[in-house]
Amino acid sequence: MAKSLFDKIWDAHEVAEGLLYVDLHLVHEVTSPQAFESLRLAGRPVRRTDRTLATADHNVPTDGSTRADQIRDQLSRVQVETLERNCQEFGVPLYSLGSARQGIVHVIGPELGVSQPGMTIVCGDSHTSTHGAFGALAFGIGTSEVEHVLATQTLQQRKPRSMRINYEGALGYGVSSKDLILGTIGRIGVAGGVGHVIEYAGPAIESLSMEGRMTVCNMTIEAGGRAGMVAPDETTFEWIEGREAAPDPLPTESWLALRSDDGAAFDTEVTLDASELSPQVTWGTTPGMVTDVTRSVPQPRDEGEERALAYMALRAGTPMAEIELDRVFIGSCTNSRIGDLREAAEIVRGRRVAASVDAMVVPGSQQVKQQAEAEGLDDVFRAAGFDWRSAGCSMCLGMNPDIAAPGERVASTSNRNFEGRQGRGARSHLVSPKMAAAAAIEGHFVDIREWEDSH
Amino acid sequence: MEPVRVIEGAVSVIDRHDVDTDQIIPKQFLKRVERTGFGEFLFHDWSKEPGWDLPSNPILAAGRNFGCGSSREHAPWALEDYGFRAIVAPSFADIFYSNCTKIGLLPVTLPEEDVRALMEAGHARIDLEEQEVSFAGRQVGFDIDPETARRLLEGLDHIGVTLQQLDEIDRYERQRERSGPVTTALA
Repeated sequence: MAKSLFDKIWDAHEVAEGLLYVDLHLVHEVTSPQAFESLRLAGRPVRRTDRTLATADHNVPTDGSTRADQIRDQLSRVQVETLERNCQEFGVPLYSLGSARQGIVHVIGPELGVSQPGMTIVCGDSHTSTHGAFGALAFGIGTSEVEHVLATQTLQQRKPRSMRINYEGALGYGVSSKDLILGTIGRIGVAGGVGHVIEYAGPAIESLSMEGRMTVCNMTIEAGGRAGMVAPDETTFEWIEGREAAPDPLPTESWLALRSDDGAAFDTEVTLDASELSPQVTWGTTPGMVTDVTRSVPQPRDEGEERALAYMALRAGTPMAEIELDRVFIGSCTNSRIGDLREAAEIVRGRRVAASVDAMVVPGSQQVKQQAEAEGLDDVFRAAGFDWRSAGCSMCLGMNPDIAAPGERVASTSNRNFEGRQGRGARSHLVSPKMAAAAAIEGHFVDIREWEDSH
Repeated sequence: MEPVRVIEGAVSVIDRHDVDTDQIIPKQFLKRVERTGFGEFLFHDWSKEPGWDLPSNPILAAGRNFGCGSSREHAPWALEDYGFRAIVAPSFADIFYSNCTKIGLLPVTLPEEDVRALMEAGHARIDLEEQEVSFAGRQVGFDIDPETARRLLEGLDHIGVTLQQLDEIDRYERQRERSGPVTTALA
C-alpha cells in the first residue's frame, strides 16, 4: 500500500499500539525543571542520555553574558542554574550559556546535524515542528510528556490525521518562505491544521533552502498543526553533509525512500497557488490575521477581530504600508539563521535605521553569530544602527530583558503576535527578515519588491 | 493523578475564540521551577480589563481552539490551581488538550451550540464514565479516546503504565532502533 512520509516514520517508531519511540529529545530550561524534579522524586533515571540534548535559550540575556551566575534576573538565573544542575545530575549533554554551541534549541539541532530525515524528534516547545523540514516527525510536548520521554524514551500517542498542502506555481520576486507560511495560515486559519501532521509539497517548497523550509515547518503550530514536514531531497543532504553529528557517508538512498509514495493517501489535501502571494504583514493578534503589504487593515468580521484591532490600535482601511513602527526585532527560531541574517543585511547595507526606530538583531545561536561576524554582517547591522546581540529566544517571547514597552509597535520576524507576547501591551506585526529590515530603515512597512527596485 | 469521574458545579465563561496559552499564563510566570502556585497569575493581563469576571468554579466554558500557541503545561497547571476541574469548548489545540489529560484536568469537546447553551445554563454535571454532560435538563454525549478516559477514571500514573511495557521498549531498541545521532558523542 502506498504510504506517506508521515506513515513511514510513524510505522518505524511504533513500539506498540499508541506508543511511539523517540529518536531525539531536545530539552530547555523553561519546560524541564518540573520533569526532572518528578524523576528525582520517583527515583527514575533518564533512560537514554545519548538521545537527549539540552540548551538554555528562553531565559538567557543577549548581552554577552557567558555564565549563568551573570544573569541579573534572579528567577531566570535560578532556572538556568537548575537546568545545569539537572543535566549534570542525570548525565544529559548540555550547551548552556557560555558554550560555543548554545542557542535556540530549534536552531542548534539542525546546525549540529542531529536533526535528520526519518527521525522522531520531540521537545517541550511548540516550535519543535521546525525540525520537520528535514523529513522528520517533530512536535512539541508538555512537561508531563517531557518527563515521560526522559523516563521511557517513548511517548503515548494516537496517530494524528494527515494533511498535504500542495503549492502550485513559484514564489514571486521578493516573496519569501515566511510570506508563504503566513499566507497559508491566513487561508487555512489558526485552527486549520488541528489534529493533523502537515506535509508541505510542490515546486515552491522544493526550491526553498533548508532555512526556508525550517521557517515554513516552524509556523505549522500557528495553523494548529501537530507537525509539519518536507520530503528529504538533495537540498536536505547538502545541509546535513559534513555537520558534526552527520553520518558519513549519508544514507541518501534510505532517506530518499522516506518520500511519500505516489498515491499515498492523506486525510485532507489542500492546494494553494504560491505565485499569487505577496509579502505578508500581520495586522491582528493571531498569525492568521494577516494580509498583503499592498492592502489595508481589513474591516473586522467579528468580535475577535474588533478586539484585535482595538488592541493593535489600528483602524480598518489604513494602508499596511502606512503603519509606523517603534521597534524592529530580527531573530527567533523562525528567522534567525545565517541565511535570514544575510538577507536582512543586504537590505540595510549602507543605510541607516530610521531615527524613530529601535532595531535589534539576535542571532539564533552562537555559531550563527560567529559565522555572521566572520562575514562582517555584524558591522553592516551596527553601522546601520542595529543593536547586535548574543543568541537566545529574546524578544520573541520576552522572558529575558528584551521586552517591548506597552503600546510600542514592533515589526518582528518571530512567530506569534499574541496580545502581550513581546511585552505587556506591545503590538506585534509578523514579517519576513527582508520586510523587517526595510521597515527598520523607513520607519514603516514597505513593499520590499518596489523598495528594492527603487533603492 | 487523582481519579476523575464526575465533575459538577457552576460554570465560568470565557466567551472568546483562539484563547492562547500566553493569555492563560503570561511568560513572566514561566520562570518558576515548581509545578504549583500558578493559579493566582491565571489570565494575568485580561483579568485587569473592566468587566472581567471569572469566578473559581469547577467548570470553565470557552470558545473554539482553546489553548492554542505555546506548549507550556503551566497553562493547565494554572487553570487547575485556580480551581477548574473541567474545560468545555467546541475545540481545543492539540498540545493543550494532551497536557490537560496528563494532569487530570478534563477537556470536553461539545458542539458550539451546546457550549453556548451550557454557558447560559451556568451549572452542569459532567460524567466521564458515561461520557455525558448534563445541563438545563438535557444530556449531551461527548467523545474521548477510550484509553485516555480509562487513565483519567483510574487516576493512573502515565509513566508507570508505560513502564509495564518495558520489555517491548527493550525489544524495540535491540531490533529496530535507528542508529544515531549520539548526542553524548558530540565533542
